[in-house]
Amino acid sequence: MRVLQAFIAVVALILVALVLAQVPGGQVLLGIVLPYLAIIVFLGGFIYRVVSWAKSPVPFRITTTCGQANSLPFIRQNKLDCPSTKAGAVGRVLLEVLLFRSLFRNTQASVHDGPKLAYGSSKWLWLFALLFHYSLLVIILRHMRLFTDPIVGFVLPLKFIDGFLEIGATTIYLSGFILLAAVSFLFLRRLVKPYLRYISLPADYFPLLLLFAIGLSGILMRHVFRVDVVAIKELSVGLTTFTPAISDEIGVVFFVHIFLVCVLLVYFPFSKLMHAGGVFMSPTRNMANNSRMVRHKNPWNDPKIKPRSYAAYEDEFREVMIGADLPVDQELAVAEPEEAAQASTEQAKT
Amino acid sequence: MADTKVAEMKAKVVTEPSLITGAVPTGNWWEVEAIFKPGNYCYPAKKSIVEYHRKNLSGIFGEPRDWDVESDDWQLPENWQEIIIDGIKERLDKFRSLKVFMDCCVRCGACADKCHFFLGTGDPKNMPVLRAELLRSVYRNNFTLAGKILGEIAGARPMTFKVLKEWFMYYYQCTECRRCSVFCPYGIDAAEITMMGRELLHLVGVNTNWILEPAANSNRTGNHLGLQPHTFKENAEFLLDDIEEATGVRLQSLSFNRKGAEHLFVIPSADVFADPGIFTFMGYLLIFDHIGLDYTISTYASEGGNFGLFTNNQLMKKLNAKIYAEAKRLGVKWILGGECGHMWRVVHQYMDTMNGPADFLEQPKSSITGTVFTNAASTKMVHINEFTADLIYHNKLKIDKSRNDHRVVTYHDSCNPARGMGLLDEPRYLLNSVCNNFYEMPENTIREKTFCCGSGTGLNTNEIMDLRMRAGLPRANAVGYVANRHGVNMLSCICALDRATLLALNQYWNPEVEVCGVSELVGNALIMEGEKEREMDLRFAPLTGVEG
Repeated sequence: MRVLQAFIAVVALILVALVLAQVPGGQVLLGIVLPYLAIIVFLGGFIYRVVSWAKSPVPFRITTTCGQANSLPFIRQNKLDCPSTKAGAVGRVLLEVLLFRSLFRNTQASVHDGPKLAYGSSKWLWLFALLFHYSLLVIILRHMRLFTDPIVGFVLPLKFIDGFLEIGATTIYLSGFILLAAVSFLFLRRLVKPYLRYISLPADYFPLLLLFAIGLSGILMRHVFRVDVVAIKELSVGLTTFTPAISDEIGVVFFVHIFLVCVLLVYFPFSKLMHAGGVFMSPTRNMANNSRMVRHKNPWNDPKIKPRSYAAYEDEFREVMIGADLPVDQELAVAEPEEAAQASTEQAKT
Repeated sequence: MADTKVAEMKAKVVTEPSLITGAVPTGNWWEVEAIFKPGNYCYPAKKSIVEYHRKNLSGIFGEPRDWDVESDDWQLPENWQEIIIDGIKERLDKFRSLKVFMDCCVRCGACADKCHFFLGTGDPKNMPVLRAELLRSVYRNNFTLAGKILGEIAGARPMTFKVLKEWFMYYYQCTECRRCSVFCPYGIDAAEITMMGRELLHLVGVNTNWILEPAANSNRTGNHLGLQPHTFKENAEFLLDDIEEATGVRLQSLSFNRKGAEHLFVIPSADVFADPGIFTFMGYLLIFDHIGLDYTISTYASEGGNFGLFTNNQLMKKLNAKIYAEAKRLGVKWILGGECGHMWRVVHQYMDTMNGPADFLEQPKSSITGTVFTNAASTKMVHINEFTADLIYHNKLKIDKSRNDHRVVTYHDSCNPARGMGLLDEPRYLLNSVCNNFYEMPENTIREKTFCCGSGTGLNTNEIMDLRMRAGLPRANAVGYVANRHGVNMLSCICALDRATLLALNQYWNPEVEVCGVSELVGNALIMEGEKEREMDLRFAPLTGVEG
């Protein structure tokens, strides 16, 4: 049901694009107005979200230590999984962002007769998540050839590596196919694994289906329904130079593709896709484990919260303390009927 | 003891249909109601206890009342939903962790089978991701655009009594052990979510007695049990008799509330009165006496263990504040801390921030070896294992390893020192220095991947024994593994809760394995000046070679 909702949403979006591409003014809307709008919403939304996170303070240094801490000289610290310096913490976040360090630890638990619990290595999620994100990155960078004129330097070698497979006249970009494969894996595991199906929301299926549709429309455009690349480049360069114009030759698939990309951009800041920003902001990962070394300040620390004072404690227990030869700050007064009464009522209450 | 017999439980955890045994749940998780029945919830706090806390900290403890968890009327304030939503708002503004963790979970499921509660119960809502969704769904409903517009499609749901019941059930089936946080690609920490969930529940007076009563005792008397100063002292001194009986040496260095001592020594108070913590306590005293350390124990700040951590940040601060206050009053140079898990989470990650700066103390420096503990430069509190490891490294302890030969030892990384401090190799260094037979449990169950005892965060109460035995299964199972393979008969740890809860856990799952603190083994191996020929260990068990 939840997957169906997401599926229907993506199909509906494709239909909207197909219709719009063929009504008067629709191409301008899809090709010019929406991209600008989407970029504005994406950037504005992304910044808004990050700023809104940043506005909340980090009251405590709650690093999750995943290795030996900085300690005695003869005990070897794990500087990346348990950093004690800022540089180390940066390294830890980079490891997380670039190599998905934590996912690499993943195991799969199972219960057997006995009972016996077993924890097997399970790196598929790590592998496919990595494949997905890196192929997406390559694709985005590769697309820069459409937005820049002359093409920015790094794109050509990238294009060359990514497109080393040449079948017939068309270069095949591996990244596109890897992306589809990885997205399919991530989607199917949600359907196949019972616990994942149980926790997955439409918001988990939707971006995967959307990305699949984007990738597929891109590949179709390249290999099946050929579109006029020159016209597309004119449009995209026009968009970046704020002189956009649409010529009639661009195929319909292109408009589906760009519409879905716009939807993704608009959807991004309001969804879980913001993990892209969140991963940098997670206090358990981006803080050095140096809380005993350097005092961390909490801006809302309440100085009015005081411990029960020693004086009050001694007042309550002075007699027994003296009886037990415990040192006291104040000797027992001859008669303190009021205080004793007060102490005994407090005692009675608890 | 748990209600369910071991044999029955052994079969149940494998065959009972649950998400971990392969049964496929249908429907939506938010349609499954939390049903309370005897054995699956902790008793609510007594009215008088809540009144006591409210008197000390206003506005965060809800209405003191007698209420029945199993009934459908918890006698909540009329505007309880508003209180919760305002509470969420306040916490979103105060804790970036909460805000980021609410927003960036992708439900990848990496955390799902990392939780000991999930592994032991198979209950889907014990997957950390779902436990967080219990709160996240309400967050979406009230604080996100998508949730406000799309409602259930966006995974949002309003705050209802049904939700509140779920919170009470599942935020008290999480021990804040942080194991899931190790595996999360964004470091989302279920402990943080549970802490927020519990704070929110307290706002509307939904609480447990097993946490609030020890916290009240701790505030008033300085220890969880509510022992008055003279009783506390007597208990500790009884242990001197036991040490004398085992070693022939009468220790002279123990003192209480003594001004001008170099060190204040703070322990989890259970070490003074609860078996097997008392043996750990004997270990501490032997180490200190052995090197002639100038230290004192305070009856006022005799509790390092901080049940405030399981309640809300205000109570945590209030209870913790005694330590610095007492260190200042006594005029000590710096503070030493005993073996306790959540005490060290608080000391390491919260104390300085909440109650510092400790500018009246000196940077910790071992008076015996001259080592400066730079890692504690600001907080000025050193862990007994760090301190002892340094002593052994500098050959300051005379050790007879063979005195622990009757023990085949494994080590349980207590959650908080492992994942909230990174204290992993110091205890191992000690164990390797004082034991000839030390074996590690399987790799995925130790160090940062260690499994909780199953009863932390104030869940170590008898009314939920079955649940505790289930939650502790992953730990017990790993212990059983080394017990079978290597004949392990002693599970060492560095947490007072562990010493109490692993004992019950082992009695249930691995009756042949005992539990001890690391310092007990160190103390037992120490060659004390003037000692008699040793025949027994600190528990009066015969040493190897002297049996019969």
